Amino acid sequence: MELSELWFILVAVLFIGFFFLEGFDFGVGMATRTLARNDIERRMLVNTIGPFWDANEVWLLTAGGAIFAAFPHWYATMFSGYYIPLVIVLLALIGRGVAFEFRGKEKAQQWKNSWDWVIFIGSVLPPFLFGVLFTSILRGMPIDANMNIYAGFTDYVNVYSVIGGITVTLLCYLHGLMFVTLKTVGELRERGRKQGQKIIYAVLASLLLFVGLSYFETDLFTVRAGVTIPLIGLIVFAYSSVIILLAKKRDALSFTMSGLGIMMTVGLLFVALFPRVMISSITSANDLTVYSAASGDYSLKVMTIVAVTLLPFVIGYQIWSYYVFRKRVNGKDMIY
Amino acid sequence: MSELILARLQFGTTTIFHFSFVPMSIGLVFFVALMETLYVVKKQEVYLKMAKFWGHLFLINFAVGVVTGIIQEFQFGMNWSEYSRFVGDVFGAPLAIEALLAFFMESTFIGLWIFGWKKLSPKVHLACIWLVAIGTMLSALWILAANSFMQEPVGFVIQNRRAEMNDFFALLTNPQLLVEYPHVIFGALATGAFFIAGVSAFKIRKNLQVDIFKKSFNIALIIGLISGLGISISGHTQAQHLMETQPMKMAASEGLWEDSEDPAAWSAFAIIEEETQRNTFELNIPYALSFLAYSKFEGNVPGMNTLQAEYEATYGEGNYIPPVNATFWSFRIMVGAGGLMILLSAVGLFLTYRKKLETSKFYLHTMVWLIAFPFVANTAGWVMTEIGRQPWTVFGLMTTSAAVSPNVSTQALLFSLIAFTLVYAILAIVLVYLFLREIRKGVVYSTAEDPQVSIDPFNKGAYR
Repeated sequence: MELSELWFILVAVLFIGFFFLEGFDFGVGMATRTLARNDIERRMLVNTIGPFWDANEVWLLTAGGAIFAAFPHWYATMFSGYYIPLVIVLLALIGRGVAFEFRGKEKAQQWKNSWDWVIFIGSVLPPFLFGVLFTSILRGMPIDANMNIYAGFTDYVNVYSVIGGITVTLLCYLHGLMFVTLKTVGELRERGRKQGQKIIYAVLASLLLFVGLSYFETDLFTVRAGVTIPLIGLIVFAYSSVIILLAKKRDALSFTMSGLGIMMTVGLLFVALFPRVMISSITSANDLTVYSAASGDYSLKVMTIVAVTLLPFVIGYQIWSYYVFRKRVNGKDMIY
Repeated sequence: MSELILARLQFGTTTIFHFSFVPMSIGLVFFVALMETLYVVKKQEVYLKMAKFWGHLFLINFAVGVVTGIIQEFQFGMNWSEYSRFVGDVFGAPLAIEALLAFFMESTFIGLWIFGWKKLSPKVHLACIWLVAIGTMLSALWILAANSFMQEPVGFVIQNRRAEMNDFFALLTNPQLLVEYPHVIFGALATGAFFIAGVSAFKIRKNLQVDIFKKSFNIALIIGLISGLGISISGHTQAQHLMETQPMKMAASEGLWEDSEDPAAWSAFAIIEEETQRNTFELNIPYALSFLAYSKFEGNVPGMNTLQAEYEATYGEGNYIPPVNATFWSFRIMVGAGGLMILLSAVGLFLTYRKKLETSKFYLHTMVWLIAFPFVANTAGWVMTEIGRQPWTVFGLMTTSAAVSPNVSTQALLFSLIAFTLVYAILAIVLVYLFLREIRKGVVYSTAEDPQVSIDPFNKGAYR
């Protein structure tokens, strides 16, 4: 295997990690409006992700940094080509990040409400826009011979990409609800489970719609069909099993299945993309591939050594922090 | 307005705004970690109170620093795609390592620190804040390694029409990094120190919780004085290095059009006409520029016109003179603010030694205003470094005008510039409001007032 191929896998792993981890804290952010009924419940929800959300977001930053270092052309094409969507993602992440820290700093109800709205909007927009972004990447963007995207509105926003955005948002929301059932007690936990039992159908419906549209809009079923089709089967299986697991109140297992579902969905995208990293809708000659977009061998070698050395520590202390805060949030001793 | 100007404006705004919080975070968390260490070692409650009070302020500041940092990482690709294509092979690595090594460390252990008072043993809890402190300094190291490459490209070859890394170790031992890093770290420690000293001076002057704030004040001033000296020594070293690597920046920061006399005089003040390339007024200090450039009282410094001719011979036709007034004045503002910081921290320590601090109302009042000075100096320093490097974005390799994204429209840039600037303004207002609120509240003594105190492991006989 070439190093550029290894780095494609690493970037995929970073995005999979990002959506698995930040996926549930986006979902919890959404649940502050849809599940919580009063300020105490909202506070409990925010505190379930309190110690974690910041480190979860670093998965995205690291994915961005890894693309920059390992695939400069991918980084340049994608980030400049998706300028406006990324500006909105940044605004959302900025607002969300400070809102967690600021919301509890003032007792006035209006202060808290305002920041809670920022948390909600900041938790809905990024998964939606990332869904739109990745879907349209898979569909192909007008990339010219100089690797630059000159795109119109409908290249970004069309039925397929919007369905993709909604799907990712729903996956995160379900994942967040599952996390709530793991991290809270009493009524909130019950309600999270009930809400999950309804949302799971919407998740399955939008997933199937998305996969169906992919048949017409992309080469998901023709490129590497031997992997993508079984993977789609597994994704559908994982989410279907959530229906039964929720009915049996097996919270840990339903969280695991929803997590596997989200990871496999992101994985599916990368499997379908490879070896391309950006698909040109003008001509396949303009596609960016892991080979044409990659850094030189020396740079990749250095980065590989660094990543292989550091990643175990990172994963180790992140797991440790989840272990330290393994107890459920019960409404006492809340910081945020 | 052209795309290039808008993109530069946005980069400048974002970087200056972001870098108001970064040094403050580095400086404050170091102080907080120091206070918690004193608490764990000496077991005196007062240090815990100090760690918590300054820790609250640190967290507010840290949150804004973190979120504005996300833009920093994305904007290279968004606004400077040609730059990213050209240097990504070299420049991307330090950014990726910064995320992997520093961001993960900071974000995970800050979570453990905020939420872990009750769940971790005092020593483990202390280790968490030190890991955050180390993380912030590591973060600075990697981003400055990247910036140093822009000032002084090393460890690369030009092939495949781009810069490709061929010596990672050279990036890390870039001579520019070795002078830039200590300068920035001392600057950061000073920023935190003068903030703490200023807030403490305010409290002492109002006669509020004087015991705690006098302790904070003195420790901060010691850090401030040491950092101040560190800043000037590392700054002086940097100036000499500048002579070797970017003499044009040096000449511009002196408003020096023609080669200087030998020994060279330093203009403390000048009226510079950039259009006609002459200075209509100069207030000169003899020998000073020779000392600044070479650490001795002789030697002449090449002027901008000489260098322009040299650069044209090397790089082809073009204007290689950066905006002179901006470079000249930012340098003076930085040096002036730094000098004042050193002077006033020495005065403060003298007053403490003579036990006259509480009665020196004018001095205490001045120290409150001095809070702004490190921020001014930090900003001026970056303005000088980055504007003084123009027209280059990577010195000698790529100009700024060639670096901008060709496919991002004026409308898109206007939208992002306005949106980001608005958000920065809101964040700044909220931050100042919250700071004032926390400062007014002061150090909390009763457990009922502060929910965080009620979950404090340190009060429950942890040492018995």
